[in-house]
Amino acid sequence: MIEAKDVNKYFGDHHVLKNINCTFEKGKTNLIIGQSGSGKTVLMKCLVGLYEVDQGTVFYNERNFSKMNFEQRKDLRQEIGMLFQGSALFDYMSVEENVMFPLNMFTKQTKEEKRTRVNFVLERVNLENVNRLMPSELSGGMRKRVAIARAISMNPKYLFCDEPNSGLDPQTAGVIDTLIKEITVEYDITTIVNTHDMNSVLSIGDTVAFIYNGELWWKGDRDTILHTKNKELNDFVFGTELTSRLKQ
Amino acid sequence: MNLKVITHIGDYVILMLKVFTKPQKGKIFWQRLMDEIQGLGIESIGIVAFISVFMGAVVAIQTAYNIDSPFIPLTMVGWTTRQSVILEFSPTIISLILAGKVGSRIASEIGTMRVTEQIDALEIMGVNSANYLIFPKVVASLLINPVLIVLSMWMGILGGWLAMLASSLASTTDYVNGIRIDFQAYIVFYAIVKTLFFAFIISTVSGFYGYRTSGGALEVGQASTKAVVVSSIIIILFNLILTQLLLT
Repeated sequence: MIEAKDVNKYFGDHHVLKNINCTFEKGKTNLIIGQSGSGKTVLMKCLVGLYEVDQGTVFYNERNFSKMNFEQRKDLRQEIGMLFQGSALFDYMSVEENVMFPLNMFTKQTKEEKRTRVNFVLERVNLENVNRLMPSELSGGMRKRVAIARAISMNPKYLFCDEPNSGLDPQTAGVIDTLIKEITVEYDITTIVNTHDMNSVLSIGDTVAFIYNGELWWKGDRDTILHTKNKELNDFVFGTELTSRLKQ
Repeated sequence: MNLKVITHIGDYVILMLKVFTKPQKGKIFWQRLMDEIQGLGIESIGIVAFISVFMGAVVAIQTAYNIDSPFIPLTMVGWTTRQSVILEFSPTIISLILAGKVGSRIASEIGTMRVTEQIDALEIMGVNSANYLIFPKVVASLLINPVLIVLSMWMGILGGWLAMLASSLASTTDYVNGIRIDFQAYIVFYAIVKTLFFAFIISTVSGFYGYRTSGGALEVGQASTKAVVVSSIIIILFNLILTQLLLT
C-alpha cells in the first residue's frame, strides 16, 4: 500500500499539488485521472521521488519515503517498477539487455539465471524472439510491453505506469491495460496508473482518483464514476463526442 | 548575470559530487568505460590524424617560405614545426576540435536520454544516473585524449616532413636535424598535462549541459551548442593559466 498524506508541491509561486491525501491499495490497479496540466504526473513523480514534496509525506507500507536518505531509497527502489509514457527504453541496448539491466545492476545471478528470467518476463508480456532487436526496431505497443517486462523483471511490489496508452491505437491500448491488470493480480502488487483514457478507467479502474487543479477532487471506482453528480468529473468523463452521445 | 554564472558553477559542483562516487557495479563500469573509449577516442583517430598531418604541413611550408635570410639555417623548419605542434597545436587546437566532436556527442547523448525519460528510468531503478552516465566518459577522456594528442604530435611532424619532401623547400636531413635540435622532454610532459585538464573540462562540462537538459529536441540542440561553446572558452582560459604556470 502507498499513502500520500497532505502532499503539497510548488513550482516557484505555482501551487501544483494542494493537500493531496490518497491511499493506493495493494493488489489493485489504482488510477489517477485528470486533464492535462491538472497535476497527475507531478503527483506520480512525487510518489516515486523524482520530485521532492514540499510539504507532506509519502508512505510505502508505513515506511516514510519522504524521510529516507539516498541509500534507503536505493533499496526501496528495487521494489519499484515504472512504465514511462515514452517507454524510456535505453536506445543503445537490445531488448534483452534492456530487460536484463536491473538484474545486472542489482543481483548476483549467473548469466544463465538472468537469461531465463528475461525470457520468462518477455514471454509473460507476450513477446517472443525479440531478444536481439533494438528498441528502434519495435512498434509502439511492443516498446510498451518491453518496458513492462523490464519493470517487472525484479519482481516489484509497486508498479507505476505513466500514461501507458498514449500514442497507441485502442486495440493495442486494451492489450496493455489487460496486461497491467493481470500482472497486478498475479503478483499481488500495488499498481498506480496515470491516465486520461476513459477506456482504461472503465476496464481496469479498481480505484479511481480524479485530480482537478492540483486537488483530489473525487475518489471512487469504475462503477461509481459513471453515476457521479460531480460537475467537473462529469465534464471530464463525458467530454468527448463519443462518451457524450453514449450518455444521451 | 553574475548570479546566473555562480548558480551554474554551484550546479556543476553539485553534479560532480554525484559523478565522482564509487561505481555501483564494477563490471558494468568497466564495460561502459570500454564503450566510451571506443566512442570518444578510437572513433576520433581519423579526424585527429587528418587535421594534424595538414596542419603540420602548413606550419612547415609557411616557416620555409618565411626564411629568406641565408643566416637562418633550414633546420629551423623542423624545429619550428616541432615546437608549434607539441607546445600548442596538438594539445590546444586538437582539444578544441575534440570539444566540438566529443563534447557535442556527450551533451546530445545525455540530453536525449534526459528528455526521453531514460535518466528518470535509471533513477527509479535506484541507479546513480550521474555516476553511471558521466563518470565512464570522464575516465575514458582522461585515458584516451593523451593518446590522441601524442598521435597528433607524430602526425603533425610527419605532415611537415611530407610537405618538405613534396615541395623541396628543405631537405629531409635539415628537417630531421631541426626536429632534434635542443629537444626537451618537458614540453611533451607540459602538453600532456594540458591535455588532461582539457579532457576533464570537455567531458564534465558537456556532461553537465547534457544532464540538465529539459524540454525536447530543440533544447537538446541548444545544450549541445552550449557545451561546445563553454568548453572551448574554458579551454582557452585554462590554456593561458597553465602555460603561465608550467612554462615560466
